[in-house]
Amino acid sequence: MTEVSGAIRFILNDEEISLTDVKPDTTLLDWLRLDRRLRGSKEGCAEGDCGACTVLVGRLMGDDIVYDSVTACIRFVGSLHGTHVVTVEHLRGKDGVLHPVQQAMVDHHGSQCGFCTPGFVMSLYGLWMRDPDPSQGAIEKALQGNLCRCTGYAPIIRAGKAISSHGRPEADPLWAERIALKSQIAAINDGRRVEIGEGADRIIVPGSLDDFAAIYEANPDATIVNGSTDVGLWVTKFMRPIGPVIFINHLQELKRIAENDSEVRFYAGVSYSEALPVVAANFPDMGELWNRIAGEQIRNMGTIGGNIANGSPIGDTPPPFIALGAKLHLRRGEHRREIKLEDYFLAYGKQDRQPGEFVESVTIPRLPEGEKFAVYKISKRREEDISALCGAFRVFVNDAGLVGMARVAFGGMAATPKRAKAVEAALVGKPWTQATVDAAMAVFGEDYQPISDMRASADYRLLTARNLLQRFFLETTGHGQRLRREVA
Amino acid sequence: MNKHEAPIALASLHTSTRHDSGPKHVAGTAEYIDDMIEPAGTVHAYLALSTRAHAEIVSIDYAAVKAALGVIGILTAEDIPGENDVSPSHKHDEPVFATDKVHFWGQPLFAVVAETRDQARRAAHLAKVEYRELQHHTDVRAAQAAGGKLVTEPLKLERGDIEAGLAAAPHRLKGSIAIGGQDHFYLEGHIAMAVPGEDEDVTVFSSTQHPSEVQLMVAQVLAIRHHAVTVNVRRMGGGFGGKETQGNLFAAVAALAAKKWNRACKIRPDRDDDMTATGKRHDFVVDYDVGYDDSGKIHAVDAVYGARAGFSSDLSGPVTDRALFHADNAYWYPAVRVRSEPLYTNTVSNTAFRGFGGPQGMMAAERWIEDIAYALGKDPLEIRRANFYGLDTNNVTPYHQTVEDNIIHRIVDELEASADYQARRAAILSYNQGSPILKKGIALTPVKFGISFTATWYNQAGALVHVYKDGSIHLSHGGTEMGQGLYIKVAQVLADAFGVGLDVVKIMATTTGKVPNTSATAASSGSDLNGMAAYDAARQIKERLTAHAAKLHQVAEAEVQWVQGGIQAGARFVPFAELAASAYLNRVQLSAAGFYQTPKIHWDRATGRGHPFYYFAYGASVSEVTIDTLTGEYTVDRVDILHDVGKSLNPAIDIGQVEGGFIQGMGWLTTEELVWDDKGQLRTKAPSTYKIPLASDVPAVFNVRLAEWSANAEPTIGRSKAVGEPPLMLAMSVVEALSMAVAAVADYGIAPRLDTPVTPERVLMGCERLKREARG
Repeated sequence: MTEVSGAIRFILNDEEISLTDVKPDTTLLDWLRLDRRLRGSKEGCAEGDCGACTVLVGRLMGDDIVYDSVTACIRFVGSLHGTHVVTVEHLRGKDGVLHPVQQAMVDHHGSQCGFCTPGFVMSLYGLWMRDPDPSQGAIEKALQGNLCRCTGYAPIIRAGKAISSHGRPEADPLWAERIALKSQIAAINDGRRVEIGEGADRIIVPGSLDDFAAIYEANPDATIVNGSTDVGLWVTKFMRPIGPVIFINHLQELKRIAENDSEVRFYAGVSYSEALPVVAANFPDMGELWNRIAGEQIRNMGTIGGNIANGSPIGDTPPPFIALGAKLHLRRGEHRREIKLEDYFLAYGKQDRQPGEFVESVTIPRLPEGEKFAVYKISKRREEDISALCGAFRVFVNDAGLVGMARVAFGGMAATPKRAKAVEAALVGKPWTQATVDAAMAVFGEDYQPISDMRASADYRLLTARNLLQRFFLETTGHGQRLRREVA
Repeated sequence: MNKHEAPIALASLHTSTRHDSGPKHVAGTAEYIDDMIEPAGTVHAYLALSTRAHAEIVSIDYAAVKAALGVIGILTAEDIPGENDVSPSHKHDEPVFATDKVHFWGQPLFAVVAETRDQARRAAHLAKVEYRELQHHTDVRAAQAAGGKLVTEPLKLERGDIEAGLAAAPHRLKGSIAIGGQDHFYLEGHIAMAVPGEDEDVTVFSSTQHPSEVQLMVAQVLAIRHHAVTVNVRRMGGGFGGKETQGNLFAAVAALAAKKWNRACKIRPDRDDDMTATGKRHDFVVDYDVGYDDSGKIHAVDAVYGARAGFSSDLSGPVTDRALFHADNAYWYPAVRVRSEPLYTNTVSNTAFRGFGGPQGMMAAERWIEDIAYALGKDPLEIRRANFYGLDTNNVTPYHQTVEDNIIHRIVDELEASADYQARRAAILSYNQGSPILKKGIALTPVKFGISFTATWYNQAGALVHVYKDGSIHLSHGGTEMGQGLYIKVAQVLADAFGVGLDVVKIMATTTGKVPNTSATAASSGSDLNGMAAYDAARQIKERLTAHAAKLHQVAEAEVQWVQGGIQAGARFVPFAELAASAYLNRVQLSAAGFYQTPKIHWDRATGRGHPFYYFAYGASVSEVTIDTLTGEYTVDRVDILHDVGKSLNPAIDIGQVEGGFIQGMGWLTTEELVWDDKGQLRTKAPSTYKIPLASDVPAVFNVRLAEWSANAEPTIGRSKAVGEPPLMLAMSVVEALSMAVAAVADYGIAPRLDTPVTPERVLMGCERLKREARG
């Protein structure tokens, strides 16, 4: 029997917090601004897309504390148990001296209206702590989730490069006080379940994965909140009631990544950021795709499991995973089953997931020797944008020059992530030539009848989907050309 | 210290002083309205918005709203003691709350007032509204097809004989360009907080560029006099024109609630509601007919500028006027006729946005330049040069003002050389031949932008300066700070005038109680107007102090010199603080109200003639891009800018305006797309769907320079020039470079005629069209 505690506990800057009456849908930003009257973090969009509310959340990771930038507007207070929340108010010294990040921003004229500035400061702070001398590319990546409407970013990038000339991370309080902070956080993470509230106000923070499985089986109407990058908007934009809520983002067992010779298994709580090194090292093209999914804060929060479980027709991970033949591991209580990922998506908003059942992990087979694979994301803005379409291609061309196997899957082209079976059929058994590709391009319309919306027209989607097959052919035959941003 | 050694001022004019709020911005301690600690008992208002684009309101059932948790009450048109109107054009066409009809999806119906914002917001969705739907149209073409109803009087500018000019031209071309609108996406959305006072008094904290207009609107809805309303603005989290008139609504609602319940009231819409219910940059469709000759010289231009004005006039009159004022950009048209159509549409009423119609006018001008270049098979830069205004001849605009300060030739020549335009263009032409999928483009476009409000009476400003006994200075003026650095620039003017350090000058929040009857901080005019007003106040105090010092130290006034840190009265140096103290003891007034009115300007709208602009600001940019002809995606690889700010008051602030303006303009022309669905609902209403540029969209190489040799020909403050708006239009070169890259798929034989924003989809579809047409 798991022991139960009755308080959400975490550290806010240098103060230990214990909450016994917080609501499941109370966001960190509202709590900071309204309850704590810490008003340095701003609300710009309330959907995790502008970064004005960026704070750092530190959590135990092995023997260290890892600080991630997150958007406080869609992070729930209930998800903070056992963490260290660092807001912009914590940066300036007690003597009023600006932090190196802040001084660099001031010296390089990095603020104009100033409203986005605390968020930029926090994103740059998070970057500087792990990369004190970042390249321009690293700065841009760290700032993908921060919008500025005044400066045109140039002075902020200059500031990002100059932070270390004002001070080094070793002297930063978060480094200097790390040992004490670690033991403080470790003490909170005592393996006990946290439960507060009743009925729709109920918050459950399971003590372990097994505890979670049992709780969810018993409470199948509860909302599972992992990274909250989707559920957050149910609250802030749609004002939907979400309680009771089970928060699972802290479960270390769901953060496992298991690799062997034939496959890589990601447990459902692995964030995009945590998965990135493994994804980039094991699957061609996937590193590039990964860095174009949302912004840094959302990649720090959002999880692979969540991206699959919510069944979005435009999720960016299902198309490549389906093309690679991924298997999904579902669990209900102690009962586990395995299905093909492509079979999980039944229809728009409908997935093959039973009451009380959750996505525990996904297994991605390694690309067999000799096979060709690519994934392409198309969006109106190159980064931090939801795909207009996302397409993954995988073929095996045998010694005779014939296509032995073809797997094509797209997001944004149908009500679910979906394979292009007519296109695949037009390729298999044919020589891997332009003529075959032309014939396959002609049948895309049989697989997909996309819609027109604010991201793209149906015509553009279909034409571009075809052209991506063309690109894949050119790239696999030595004639590829790809757009790249070249910065110092 | 030797008393004769004057201390060195910390800062003065023409130096790169940092933004005064910088240290507070980075610490999170700069206070925006939502950060203020609310008075005890503050209530929160939230607007309920229509969910039809055009309909009669049959009935509204408020029962569920009133019964909702925390609700104190509702505000409808019936609760307005004064006028149910916040129209800035005073045409009485913009109700606070709709009564019998709604004209766009998102029009305010009523407001809910509750104990918390969350409660008010939730309750606002609970009304049962019965509509009777009417036909709606949301865009320019549909509005024209429906009869072309206008929201305000159109304008015509005409010079020369247009019919003869067109008829006699060796070549003619006709075309049209659709130019998209733009959401301001200020990071701080609209917000107001009203605090009731005794009698009729109310104090309003508003995120507005125009405190005096908010004052008027609050007085109008409450049926009280202006003197009972005090409007305060410390800073905005961005404005860009979006808070020139659009804050009126929120301030009015907050004030109505504050007076009705005698409790402070705050109102702040969610981002989606802000984007749905407040105006944007006007979309335009420009239809043109241009005559030109073999050298590319334009003989005549006849064009109609249809604009999506939305449901009411707001600022659509002056915005469409300014589009016509910039139909020439930097080009002389021997014969010209341009006409505006500010069209009624069932969309939110469009409003001011950095450039105020000018960018759309200039974009159209660049389009026919490009058309001519492709028709003649020449580099568009050659066509641009062939049509630049002359220095002494060919220099009269379509509104009959002579361009007297033309420096576009030097700007363009210098930039062409420094950006290595010719060699890079040659290299790109060669690259494109050998590159089947990726194509590059390069373009140089000029900017000439007229400075002054075309509403001539707006070109005035006031300032109030106090010098205290300890020599510290208190500065108020009518301008508002939205990040552009106006406060620091005016403080620099004052510090420079008194010869003191910037730390001596305290910059006060803008309030209608200190400086009355102010103009909007808009039209790039902030420093020009308020800098001069502050300078005038300083002059008055200095004259009194000079007379006082001469008397006290028994020297002639001519022997009193203002030096750094104080005055030199004959042989004696008197520090400023000592001077102030002695002036007080001798009963010298140490406070002054300064005033300024822009000279030289006049404008007669009825005849389309005048001298509406005090001077022009110039600039030019070169952009290089790469497109992917399989997907339409692109990168902006390099941008070089040379921009004219006269003699800069603060080069760092001005560079910030140029960089920021360019990127904002690039967003407008590339990825920022406004999409309304067939029901008339705006679908791009949050950053998840509306895509402004990111750090990684900044050109990989971004060289920005000010034309350091430039000084304003007119006696502006420090010979500087306005900088707020003109740099936005530098981004036109991105569109033109994308056009060239698209044109490469058909060997530059066909004009690509891309509409804006040039999204990846428009690039790909442009490539497809050109390939089709090239095949015949």
